[in-house]
Amino acid sequence: MSASTARKPPRIGDNPAFRRALIAIVLVVTAFFVVAPLVVIGIEAFSKGWATYAAAITDADTRHAIYLTVVTALIAVPINTAFGIAAAWAITKFDFWGRRFLLIVIEIPFSISPIVAGVAYLFVYGLQGLFGHVLQAADIKILFALPGIVLASMFVTAPFVARELIPLMQAQGRDLEEAATSLGASGWRTFFSVTLPNIRWALLYGVVLCNARVMGEFGAVSVVSGNIRGQTNTMPLHIELLYHDYQSAGAFAVASILAVLAVVTLVAKVLLERRGAGRGAHRPALATPPPSAAPQFASEKTT
Amino acid sequence: MKIRLDNVVKTFDTFRAVHGVSLDIESGELVALLGPSGSGKTTILRMVAGLEYADSGKIHFGDIDATDIPVRDRGVGFVFQHYALFPHMTVAENVAFGMKVSKVKRGKQEIAARVAELLRLVRLDGLGKRFPSQISGGQRQRVALARALAVDPKVLLLDEPFGALDANVRRDLRRWLREIHDELGITTLFVTHDQEEALDLADRVVILKDGDIVQQGTPQEVCREPNSPFVMSFLGDANRLPATVVNGQAQVGTATLPAPGVADGKAEVFLRPGDLDWTVDGGGVAAKILRVIDHPGGRRLLVAPDQGDVLELDVAPETLARAGDTGFVAVRRGRVFAA
Amino acid sequence: MQRRVLPGLHLTLGLTLLYVSIIVVLPLGALVYKAASLGFADYWRIVSSGRAVASYRVTVTCALAATAFNLVFGFALAWVLVRYRFPGRRFVDALVDLPFALPTAVAGIALTALFAPNGWFGAYLARVGIQVAYTPLGIMIAMAFTSLPFIVRTVQPVLEDLDPTLEEAAQSLGGSDAAIFRKVMLPLLTPALLAGISLAFARSLGEFGAIIFIAGNQPFQTEITALLTFIRLEEYDYQAAAAIASVLLITAFVMLAVTNLMQARALRYTQRA
Repeated sequence: MSASTARKPPRIGDNPAFRRALIAIVLVVTAFFVVAPLVVIGIEAFSKGWATYAAAITDADTRHAIYLTVVTALIAVPINTAFGIAAAWAITKFDFWGRRFLLIVIEIPFSISPIVAGVAYLFVYGLQGLFGHVLQAADIKILFALPGIVLASMFVTAPFVARELIPLMQAQGRDLEEAATSLGASGWRTFFSVTLPNIRWALLYGVVLCNARVMGEFGAVSVVSGNIRGQTNTMPLHIELLYHDYQSAGAFAVASILAVLAVVTLVAKVLLERRGAGRGAHRPALATPPPSAAPQFASEKTT
Repeated sequence: MKIRLDNVVKTFDTFRAVHGVSLDIESGELVALLGPSGSGKTTILRMVAGLEYADSGKIHFGDIDATDIPVRDRGVGFVFQHYALFPHMTVAENVAFGMKVSKVKRGKQEIAARVAELLRLVRLDGLGKRFPSQISGGQRQRVALARALAVDPKVLLLDEPFGALDANVRRDLRRWLREIHDELGITTLFVTHDQEEALDLADRVVILKDGDIVQQGTPQEVCREPNSPFVMSFLGDANRLPATVVNGQAQVGTATLPAPGVADGKAEVFLRPGDLDWTVDGGGVAAKILRVIDHPGGRRLLVAPDQGDVLELDVAPETLARAGDTGFVAVRRGRVFAA
Repeated sequence: MQRRVLPGLHLTLGLTLLYVSIIVVLPLGALVYKAASLGFADYWRIVSSGRAVASYRVTVTCALAATAFNLVFGFALAWVLVRYRFPGRRFVDALVDLPFALPTAVAGIALTALFAPNGWFGAYLARVGIQVAYTPLGIMIAMAFTSLPFIVRTVQPVLEDLDPTLEEAAQSLGGSDAAIFRKVMLPLLTPALLAGISLAFARSLGEFGAIIFIAGNQPFQTEITALLTFIRLEEYDYQAAAAIASVLLITAFVMLAVTNLMQARALRYTQRA
């Protein structure tokens, strides 16, 4: 007898009428609310034809914006990743006073409005900021230039890699590293040979999310970049500029590039989650209850 | 309430868990479903409860065909292996749950009185305000039982109820469950893989293997007259010796055992450790002692016969025996099965 | 001095502290310093000005509405994804993260294109007399869009891990679907729901890029606090910018504490039961 004809006693909410109605409503709202924005980007981008689209993408200012976005990511993401690894190692492999406090501090940027982040950086490196006069005297440009954009992006995405690694490394414990050390391995050797293989998918996951956010960051970068067309505009800022210039097709054309990036990010997320990163890991925080009496066969699971 | 299973079949994917099982349970009986994992015992219990639906066959509660009735309308009380107590409710609220959601409306005082009565029955009076996380495993199981009894079930079903508990807690609860059953007289069906528990507790034991009933009967019947090597080995320690059957008699070493109904030819004799004796002279199977194991109940010898598997026999604690001694294993009793 | 078993503490901790100090603590400290150097009178004057208070009102009410919507829709979405099977389920499951992966500015112009008076949905809604773009309703939709994943992803794992024997026990005791949902399942899901909505609410309070395109940004009507901060910067009124940004900062810290508390409570039943 095949699984599809086997009857199962109904669980809560399995009433066919209720179930179908709920699925229908949810799917409709999702289509309007989540899918439509993605679709409209594509449609609007090509609304004036391929020629306009190509022109918008290859326009000099756009190309510079793309270049700036990529360079920012190429600098910010590796630094953040190194920080994330260091922080995760320090926090999970050792016990020291202030550990919990450090964890909270690392999480802070996740909760802060990007505008606040931008304003805060203004007050450090801007003319009215702490180092403003010193920087001006030394003729170093941080704000309204690449360094400012990179720094603000790093603030906003600082927790991303760390928060993927820390729960995982916490759950994995220290046994393997202690074994390696007892066999004579150096710190670096231990990390690369023992720790890294166990965390690589979670690490990649954090990097993917970090990159998506860096490339898409808008609020913080708006404040620190100075918005100078062709010079200090990242892609999100350039989109805003085109949009307010009534070049909406051009704005959507550039937006479509970021939309594709978002879809690639989602695909990467799903693939990595299958390998146990992110949601795919059964974090100890949400412990599974003891197995029920009935045998759980693949067809019976509804997930 | 009499329960009747009629040729019940259940398949999961391609795994046939239950193969056409038929079983009658008399009203007021305490029946154990005993078997190793994968024998289908839990599946049968859950089908009686309505937590699984049979693929074919019928289940009757008294005169009513209950095969398709949903679990909430069957009037069964189910006790889960891991208690399934609602963690966000107190003990009293857990016990009262069935009464509160029942179609039969009961007043607050009536419910409270019944909860108190049930807690007294399971000897947990005074713990009504505690949460499940604040009481021990044995206490939780008693709450689970009280909760199941609160809705006046016609049938009580227990799924390895003591499986998650320590050995001595298990023994105490076993005795206590028997008392409750005798006091209330509810038809009770419980599942276990622990033969000691089944034999201790049940009026009738139903032994399952791979989805079929291999033997059923009173504890005395299945112990004294196991019908197969499987049942014999499953119920307790069993030694195996080869034998030859001629004319309804089996020859084992120098002993002869009755072998009713066994065809002539090769056979196997199954013997309990207590069915064997150790002698330094006299007849029997020649063997050498490998180990002497002493425990509070007595003394067990591990011996290696000249041919065949290692044998285990229980002897009186004063018996002279040392590892390395040679002697004979005398056969007093045994069950003969065709090889 | 305690001897460490594993190597690298000084290096990694040093790097971590250095990074955190320069990247996180320094800027926030500078902001706090700048806001504090205002003196109480000036500070209070700015943060309690009519326009600022109006922006708080707009931001908070829209965030509350968006969170309320997401509470219902997000829970329904999580329920459907976990407990039912239907074609395209895995696709929808992956899509839930889209608002998280999509740059906020891109989301902003997309939502505007949809809900503007001449947009795909805006046109139909206009016929029924509902205007979305350039009204608080637009802000709510933008906030709901960007905070949806937070509720769904917080509830999903708890729903997946809900002990099925609890449901079976409740059914065997005779409860109806509605009664069992209300009395058994919902109480066990409530901590996760609370954690989810506090995350979503916090996110909505601070959202900027997705909102400013669709909002219309009318002072006193559709101006969110984050935008007001930005405007003050453009006016070179750094004192006001610092003061209002500090309000956002304080709110963020409060929400951080609340969210941590809710998440700790969300684990209550899974660890105990």
